[in-house]
Amino acid sequence: MKKLLNTLFITTPDIYLSLKGENVVITHENQQLGRFPLHNFEAICTFGYAGASPKLMYACAEKNINLTFLSRSGRFLARVVGESKGNVILRKTQYRLSENEVESAKIARNFIFAKIANQKWILERMARDYPLRIDVPMFKQVSSELTTAMKAILVTEDLERLRGLEGQAATAYFKLFDQMILQQKDIFYFRNRNRRPPTDNVNALLSLAYTLLASDVTSALETVGLDAYVGYLHRDRPGRASLALDVMEELRGVMADRFVLKMINKKMMQSTDFVQKENGAVLLTDDGRRKFIKAWQERKQESLTHPYLNEKINWGLVPHAQAILLARYLRGDIEEYPPFLWK
Amino acid sequence: MVNDDVDYLMLSGIQHFRFCSRQWALIHIEQQWAENVLTIEGQHVHEKADQPFLREKRGNKLIVRAMPIRSHSLKTNGICDVVEFYEHKDGVPIHGETGTYLPIPVEYKRGKPKRGQEDVVQLVAQVMCLEEMLLCDIPAAYLFYDEIKRRVKVDITDEMRNEVQSMFKQMHHYFDRRHTPKVKTGKHCVSCSLQNLCMPELMSSTTVRSYMERYL
Repeated sequence: MKKLLNTLFITTPDIYLSLKGENVVITHENQQLGRFPLHNFEAICTFGYAGASPKLMYACAEKNINLTFLSRSGRFLARVVGESKGNVILRKTQYRLSENEVESAKIARNFIFAKIANQKWILERMARDYPLRIDVPMFKQVSSELTTAMKAILVTEDLERLRGLEGQAATAYFKLFDQMILQQKDIFYFRNRNRRPPTDNVNALLSLAYTLLASDVTSALETVGLDAYVGYLHRDRPGRASLALDVMEELRGVMADRFVLKMINKKMMQSTDFVQKENGAVLLTDDGRRKFIKAWQERKQESLTHPYLNEKINWGLVPHAQAILLARYLRGDIEEYPPFLWK
Repeated sequence: MVNDDVDYLMLSGIQHFRFCSRQWALIHIEQQWAENVLTIEGQHVHEKADQPFLREKRGNKLIVRAMPIRSHSLKTNGICDVVEFYEHKDGVPIHGETGTYLPIPVEYKRGKPKRGQEDVVQLVAQVMCLEEMLLCDIPAAYLFYDEIKRRVKVDITDEMRNEVQSMFKQMHHYFDRRHTPKVKTGKHCVSCSLQNLCMPELMSSTTVRSYMERYL
C-alpha cells in the first residue's frame, strides 16, 4: 500500500498560502507563520476564508496533493484537482453500472452490509467492554436485529428495499448511541441525529467527523480514477459526491462514530470547546476544532490489518484501499466488491 | 487512412508487456502509473539520452538522439534514445546528409543486463520501425546498461522479428477490447511498481461472499 503522508489543516481564517521553492508558506497579514516542505503532504485542507496562490494550486495539482477549501463550519466549498486520471474506461464502466438498478444494488448492498456489520460490532464491543455501564440485553437484542438485517441485505437486489433496511438498522443503532456516551453526560447527550446546523455537542462532533471522512474518501476515489460524484446507493444530485457518500457508509461507524465516542469518553473535549448560538445551533470553537482535527490526524496514523487484503496499513489509508478494491471490482478482477468489515 | 495513428500503441509498452501483460494493460489501457526506485532510476538514465536537438558527427558516424519512430505494420510509435548512422556503402541515403548510412539504434537502460527478454524485444521493435521507415536491413543493435556502463550487442534474428510482431498483435487485441488480463503472479511482482494498484494477491484470496458471511 502507498505511504500515508500528512494533511495540512488551516483552521484559522484569513491565512494565505503560497509556494516558495518547494515549501508551502503560511502567512497572516504579511507575517510569515510557518513553512513546510510540500512533499510531506498528501492533502491541504483549509477552513474559513483562507486564500492560496495560483502557483501553490499549480504545484498541488501537479503533485496530486488534494487542496480543499471548506467553510468555517466545515462545509465543502471547492477543491483543486489536477488533470483527471486518464482512466476513462474505468469511469465509463462506473457510469454504465450506475444506470442499471440491479447492478447498482449489487454494489450498494455490500456498502450497506458493511455499514450495519460495523455498527453491530461497535455494539458488541461496547457490551463486552462496559457490561456494567450499559443495558447489555438491549445491546444484544439490537445486535441480533442487525444480524437479521444483514442476512436480508445479502440477497436483496432492490435499491429501495436496501434503503429501507438501512434506515431501520440506523434507527435501532442510534437508539443506543446515548448509552455509549459514558462521561460528562451533562454536556454530551444524544437524542437524535441532527445537522445543518447541529443542535447539540455530540451532533456537532459527528458532523465534523463525517466532513473529515467525506473529504478523505472523495480524494481516495479520485486518486484511483473514479468519479466521486456518481454513486450507486446515493442518487446523482448536482454537487453531491454520491460515490463518496456510498463508500463512506461502511466507514461512518467504525471511523467517525467510534472516534467521536473516544473523544468524549476519554474526556478529550470539554464544554469550553463549544459555543451555542441564540437559535440553538452548536459550533465548535477554533481551539475545539483544532484539538479534534489533531486527534483525527493521529488516529489516521494508527495501524490495523485490513480484513480483506490481510495487509497492515494505517487507518488513514482505509478509504484508499476501499477505492482501489472498488476500481478493481469494476474492471472485472473480483466477483464482488469487498467492503471494509471490522470486528 | 494511413496516417490515422489513433490506434497506435506506445512502442516502449512492449517491454511492459513482455514483463507482465497485466502491468502493460494497467499502464496503457487503464492509464495507471506509480513510481518506485527502479522507475526513477530509469528516468534518470533517459534524461541523458533525451536531447532531441543535439546532433553529433564524429568521423564517419552521425549520432542522433531522441528520434521519433513508428511502424505502420506494427501500428506503434515511439522514440529511439540514440540512433547511430554509420557511413557505409551498403547503407541508405538519409535526409540532410550525403552518402549512404547504416542505422544502429542504442537503447539506454538502468541497471545491468536482465535475465528476461523485455529490453531485447523493445530494441527489436525499434529496429523494425527503423527498417520500415528507412527501407533498410539492420542486423544488430545495442542496449546500453547504466550500471556496467557498457553496451551489449543484440543480433536481430527473423525469429525475434516474428515474436515482436505477434506480441503487438496480442497487445492490439487486448487494447481493442480494453481488456486487462488477470495476473500471473511470480518473482517479477516484487520489482513491479504497480503492485499496489494491481494487487496480485487479490485473485488468490477467498470469495468476497464467504469473507462477508464470516461477519454474520
